[in-house]
Amino acid sequence: MLKFIGKRFLQGILVLLGIYAVTFFLVAATPGSPFSSERAISPEILAQIEAFYGYDKPASERFITSLGNILHGDFGPSAVYANRTVTEIIAESFPVSLKLGSISLGVALLLGIPAGVLAAVKKNTWLDYVPMSAAMAGICLPTFVMGPLLALVFGLIFAVLPVAGWFGPEFVILPAATLGLYYAAYFARLTRGGMLEMLNQDWVRTARAKGVPERTIVWKHCLKGGLIPAITFLGPALAGIISGSFVVETIFQVPGLGQWFVKGALNRDDFLILGLTVLFAALIVLMNLLVDIAQVALNPRLKYD
Amino acid sequence: MTDHSETAVLASEPAPPPAHSASEIAEEELVQGSSLWKDAWSRLKKNKLAVASLVIFLLIVVACVVGPWIVPYDGQEQDLFLGATAPSAEHWFGTDTLGRDLLVRTLEGGRISLMVGLVATVVSLAIGVIYGATAGYLGGKVDSTMMRFVDLLYALPFTIFVILLMVAFGRSMWLMFVAIGCVEWLSMARIVRAGVMGLKKQEFVEAAVSLGYSHQRIILRHLIPNVLGPVIVIATLTVPAVMLLEAFLSFLGLGVQPPNASWGVLINEGQQNMEIFPWLLMFPAFFFALTLFCLNFLGDGLRDALDPKSAKD
Repeated sequence: MLKFIGKRFLQGILVLLGIYAVTFFLVAATPGSPFSSERAISPEILAQIEAFYGYDKPASERFITSLGNILHGDFGPSAVYANRTVTEIIAESFPVSLKLGSISLGVALLLGIPAGVLAAVKKNTWLDYVPMSAAMAGICLPTFVMGPLLALVFGLIFAVLPVAGWFGPEFVILPAATLGLYYAAYFARLTRGGMLEMLNQDWVRTARAKGVPERTIVWKHCLKGGLIPAITFLGPALAGIISGSFVVETIFQVPGLGQWFVKGALNRDDFLILGLTVLFAALIVLMNLLVDIAQVALNPRLKYD
Repeated sequence: MTDHSETAVLASEPAPPPAHSASEIAEEELVQGSSLWKDAWSRLKKNKLAVASLVIFLLIVVACVVGPWIVPYDGQEQDLFLGATAPSAEHWFGTDTLGRDLLVRTLEGGRISLMVGLVATVVSLAIGVIYGATAGYLGGKVDSTMMRFVDLLYALPFTIFVILLMVAFGRSMWLMFVAIGCVEWLSMARIVRAGVMGLKKQEFVEAAVSLGYSHQRIILRHLIPNVLGPVIVIATLTVPAVMLLEAFLSFLGLGVQPPNASWGVLINEGQQNMEIFPWLLMFPAFFFALTLFCLNFLGDGLRDALDPKSAKD
């Protein structure tokens, strides 16, 4: 088990290195530079600026330097926002995104998994059809449609919730609902599928024949196995919540990492893009590691290897 | 997800024999092979939701392809004096803030969105099928290296990667189509690999090997045709996925650029003005969501029909 975790951890670090290298050289190969602007800058000043950011050196040399810096927690300066470092930007907005992301994931799990279990247990009744139709609708309403719709209904028509900004607990509700409901739909469908597969097993029939109460069958015997598909989806769900945050933070004006990433991509802020990509990738790699461990814990037939 | 009581029953029956490529097999087997497709079609026809989805989806496609020629307005033509108007007899969907007819813009946006769905799916199909079949067929070290690479890409946040590609190579529409296809082939590769792994031990492949056919010929002519069922299912589900990704990018301003407009662009324009002109959001969002709805239901239906054994990917 420890060996497995160590091995996966090392693999994760290699993956991160690979992602950083690919991202770095992709950005480095991009024509133009983050310092070109509409305002004419004299070549001397441009050379000064480029020297300040280290752009006078070849890309391979910059790659080594920046890698060393990142290991020390220094993501470099922002190329567009003068006098701000990427580390500062991350330190400032990461808590915001973390809060939004974890609440969204909480909404997704707490709503999706019970709905899926319920639908599976009460298969082909309205308790199955209603949540599952809602889940299908949820999957077909992407965040960038759901967000404006929720803002329209709760922010403007009923005017009960704020639609933009990040000043108090009530500002979390709409963005977290937008992100969370979408993934709740996925979790509901996956949990229903997983639970049905368990409930159709022969040993469940045997248990029923022996008079084991239905409650015990569902909660004690089937839930563990039935949750596996949902657990497996946690990794992609986190990746999705991160990229969903790009949209949601833009719609609801939340000062989180997602908004910075979009700004960075639109403004070609090389350091910001690189730093955030590494951060997002690290989060996803970590989540995948946890999922791998959880999967074996839930399914003894799998082995750590 | 899928109707599991039915799936379970189907799964307990022996799987239909794979449809061997025509040059390889006796005639009676060919008849059996074609009955796989007939079976699938009759199963699909019983699924009312899937059939309705297919019909609605085809209607949307026809409307988007033919519609812009019929509607007497031009999607680019502005009428600044008119401005945004609510739906009316002249403009069924109303007009946007620049006085452009929203019906024709929605239909033209649909053309672009559907085009993305088609082009990116074809790209992902080509990469995924060839990659997966090669890995599955060669097996051993090559296979584990190739699939390790897929795992690595799975761990990579796709959307970020596409955004980086868009930043790196400029916001050209065709490039985006290809970029999206390039990141959406992973599930396809996995499914094809799994299928090929199962098939390659069968006698008809052994026969092909002993006849001295090249690897390339065996993969392309003998193995790939036999995994078509799951491939069609995944391809159908890839279409809404890539359309979603395109709309996502366009919504953020990183995708299709004006004056071209996809559904994602229209939804973005709509949400900027939704308090005052809600129809600008409603119509494109409705058609986009409806299309995704149909394709997902159709994909689920096809999965139950063609590939009853694998309920999940």
